[in-house]
Amino acid sequence: MNLRMTSYILGLLLLFEGAFMMIPTITAAVYHEQELLMFAVIALSCMLIGFLITRWKPKNKSLFPKDGFVICALSWIVLSVFGALPFVVSGTIPGFIDALFESVSGFTTTGASILHTLEGIPKSVLMWRSFTHWVGGMGVLVFIMAFLPIAGGRNMYLMKAESPGPSVGKLVPRVKTTAKLLYLIYFSMTLIQFVLLLVGGMPLFDSICISVATAGTGGFSCSPEGMNYSPFCLTVITIFMFLFGVNFSCYFLLLQKKFKETFTTELKVYLGIIAFAILTISLNVRHMFSTLSETVLHSSFTIGSLLSSTGFATVDFNEWPQYSRTLLVILMFIGAMAGSTGGGIKVSRIVILFKDMLNDLSAMIHPHQVKKVKMDGHTVDGEIIRTVHSFMTVYLIIYAISMVILSFDGLDLTTNFTAVVATLDNIGPGLNLVGPMSNFDVYSTTSKIVLIFDMLAGRLELFPMILLLTPSTWKK
Amino acid sequence: MNIIIVGCGKVGKNLAEQLSEGGNNITVIDNRPDHVSDTTERYDVLGVVGNGASHAVLEEAGINNANLLIAVTGSDEQNLLCCLIAKKAGGCQTIARVRNPQYYAEAPYLKEELGLAMVINPEREAAEEIARILRFPSAIKIDTFVKGKIELLKFKLPEDSPLCGMAVREIAPKLHCDLLVCTIERGEETFIAYGDFCFQAKDIVSLIADPKTAITFFRKIKHKASPVKDVLIAGGGDITHYLCKSLEKTGIGITVIEKEQKRADALSDTLDNVNVILADAINQEILMQENLDKKDAFVSLTNLDEENILLSLYARSVSQGKIITKINRIDFDQVIDRLDLDTIIYPKNLTSNHIIRYVRAMKKTIGTNLETLYQIIKGKVEAAEFIVADECPLTSAPLMELKFKEGVLVAAIFRNHKVLIPRGSDRIQVGDSVVIVTNQMGLHDINDILR
Repeated sequence: MNLRMTSYILGLLLLFEGAFMMIPTITAAVYHEQELLMFAVIALSCMLIGFLITRWKPKNKSLFPKDGFVICALSWIVLSVFGALPFVVSGTIPGFIDALFESVSGFTTTGASILHTLEGIPKSVLMWRSFTHWVGGMGVLVFIMAFLPIAGGRNMYLMKAESPGPSVGKLVPRVKTTAKLLYLIYFSMTLIQFVLLLVGGMPLFDSICISVATAGTGGFSCSPEGMNYSPFCLTVITIFMFLFGVNFSCYFLLLQKKFKETFTTELKVYLGIIAFAILTISLNVRHMFSTLSETVLHSSFTIGSLLSSTGFATVDFNEWPQYSRTLLVILMFIGAMAGSTGGGIKVSRIVILFKDMLNDLSAMIHPHQVKKVKMDGHTVDGEIIRTVHSFMTVYLIIYAISMVILSFDGLDLTTNFTAVVATLDNIGPGLNLVGPMSNFDVYSTTSKIVLIFDMLAGRLELFPMILLLTPSTWKK
Repeated sequence: MNIIIVGCGKVGKNLAEQLSEGGNNITVIDNRPDHVSDTTERYDVLGVVGNGASHAVLEEAGINNANLLIAVTGSDEQNLLCCLIAKKAGGCQTIARVRNPQYYAEAPYLKEELGLAMVINPEREAAEEIARILRFPSAIKIDTFVKGKIELLKFKLPEDSPLCGMAVREIAPKLHCDLLVCTIERGEETFIAYGDFCFQAKDIVSLIADPKTAITFFRKIKHKASPVKDVLIAGGGDITHYLCKSLEKTGIGITVIEKEQKRADALSDTLDNVNVILADAINQEILMQENLDKKDAFVSLTNLDEENILLSLYARSVSQGKIITKINRIDFDQVIDRLDLDTIIYPKNLTSNHIIRYVRAMKKTIGTNLETLYQIIKGKVEAAEFIVADECPLTSAPLMELKFKEGVLVAAIFRNHKVLIPRGSDRIQVGDSVVIVTNQMGLHDINDILR
């Protein structure tokens, strides 16, 4: 382990977190809220601690794959712990574990809340809650990399550990330029959505909160009335939820006018799933709405929200017919595309697994057949397929253990089952007691800790958190 | 600059590392996925798996925006094809590694017809370096500036050297030699030489002088300054071929030990005054039969690094002569450097250094041209030659009035066919060739040495 480099990066992280907290500080100033002082103090102390730690500069900047994973996992834990402070200090969420749950849920872009109502919560705290989605969406280490040179060539390991998807490629030769490009696309898309919402008549505060929450595929709402907006605004949100679930390299290729390369197998499958789900669910829930356009709007909103792992809800889909409920849960598992800000198993993993399975079946008929898994004309490396398989194994193990621990709270199986998928896939709402109109406060503290772990594990693609808990990582 | 490197072997990786650190955007292409992923994980570069001679693959690697393509795969034909296609597709500059002596002999034709910017042959580079050292065996390493008019020599001080205990500033008055001591390596440490610095035995000293002064200087400090008269070479590969070709005319007696009948036949077919012995060099009796202990120099050039090291260690124990060892793998250079093997030649480093020199020169700015570039101490100190073509801040005042960055030494000026070791009152003029020694790596404009 390169401890000095680890602490250096954690220090940088705190510096940036302090800077990010300036946004709720400004919000508090604008709305004349008494939280102004609190946010300012917390922001400045984050920056001070970060500044002091970064004074201790590392001599040896080289990182190994292991360091990448550990730094990534630790960063997210530190980020969440400090991010929870405003909730505790402001008294919004007095219990620390509850506050940590809310903060982790924010940074991991889950959007699962333990709050019963948003009534009476200061706007600055709501802003911080939503803004954590934006910070966590593209990844905070990627952000640091975009603006600071941290580890020469080997910081690819950091990016790999933080970015979603089975194989992480760079857009351009340099990590730094790649990170900058990603953030540029991310920022521009957020801005476009914000302007569109504003044009659609949404209040300024809501437009900002909803845009950053959609961009990070988070899902915290920001007003006590929930998603009570005009159909135009809901349509905009729906479209952007789908867009933020797309691999960002597609946008990069699109900008370079490489239209042919943009439409990858993964994108086609993603669009196919969306089309299929909208069609069948709309038919299934047609009787619950008065007009056809309303049916399509609300079903596509819900599908976009769950597939992209955002987790906004306009209607209580817990009340929908069984077919719709079942399909929605399956969509939760599939999740968004690799390289997007969304969570879930990821479409590309599903495609790889499916193709690998077909090859295996075919090999049972022709035992000596040589057949490789191919995506977009390229052979998928055997090592990637192996990692996808072990990802699935780890996923199932975490799933099973979480379910068992949650079961001691005595809630029903559907609640527990969807609570785990909602957190592990960073979605937000599940079904029954954790449905879109309920919250996660039904669980005991132990269960909340388990769900906190699931959210972090899910956001970091499982391995960093698991490696953090593996003893041999820490052996010399 | 956007650079595409085809081939992720040792040279490819070395180039990727150094060029990427030099601020270039690098894309590597190789058809072996493991080599590509190894390179992209270690260095900040983009990787493409595929055949570098395929137009589609080059397109994927961004040939349209590339400034330079470097083809260093194991196959000459593939390298040439890569360059040809890259030239046609992207119009970028191209560099090919060509090892086959037959092709290399036609290098000027290839360069012309295929539009290559540079053809590089590692074996020939290595042979030339060895030949230079055999002509001046006291040095561990010799690099030349201004087409051989200025030499950068590296040598090791023996225990009984008259230089031991002498300060750098005493050289000129005591020995009447106008030269400049650049760096001194002592153990793991490196010093830029200042006036009060005292020499110690076993120091490795780098100095800059014109060739004649260098010979006088080495005579005065009782080093051997005459060329070797007879040399024993173990291994008869391509380097041996080029080396013998280059030494033939000088009248040095050459004996080559080669164990393969075919190679031995080929050598004696193409070379005249060379004594070819068909035997395995890993045999003390054979070595003694060929008078290893009485030869002026021994060069180990077999294909195996381990054999070369063993042979050189043995030669060291029985002979007082010059010993040169060729090492292919560059991964353990620090360990090998500590073995006290006299001169070590890394053909792979020579190749990449040569290419890097070219890339840096491509970035030249108006007014100054980077002509040559050497690493005196790997990754720490460089020597660079510039031609001052126009008036620039550097020519505005005498040297002592200019504010130089720390760790910069104006080592030599070449003006009117004469080498000048600069003093404070000297002034750089337009048309001068200036040699700079510096620990500021990555220099490509001479004005960068000023604050």
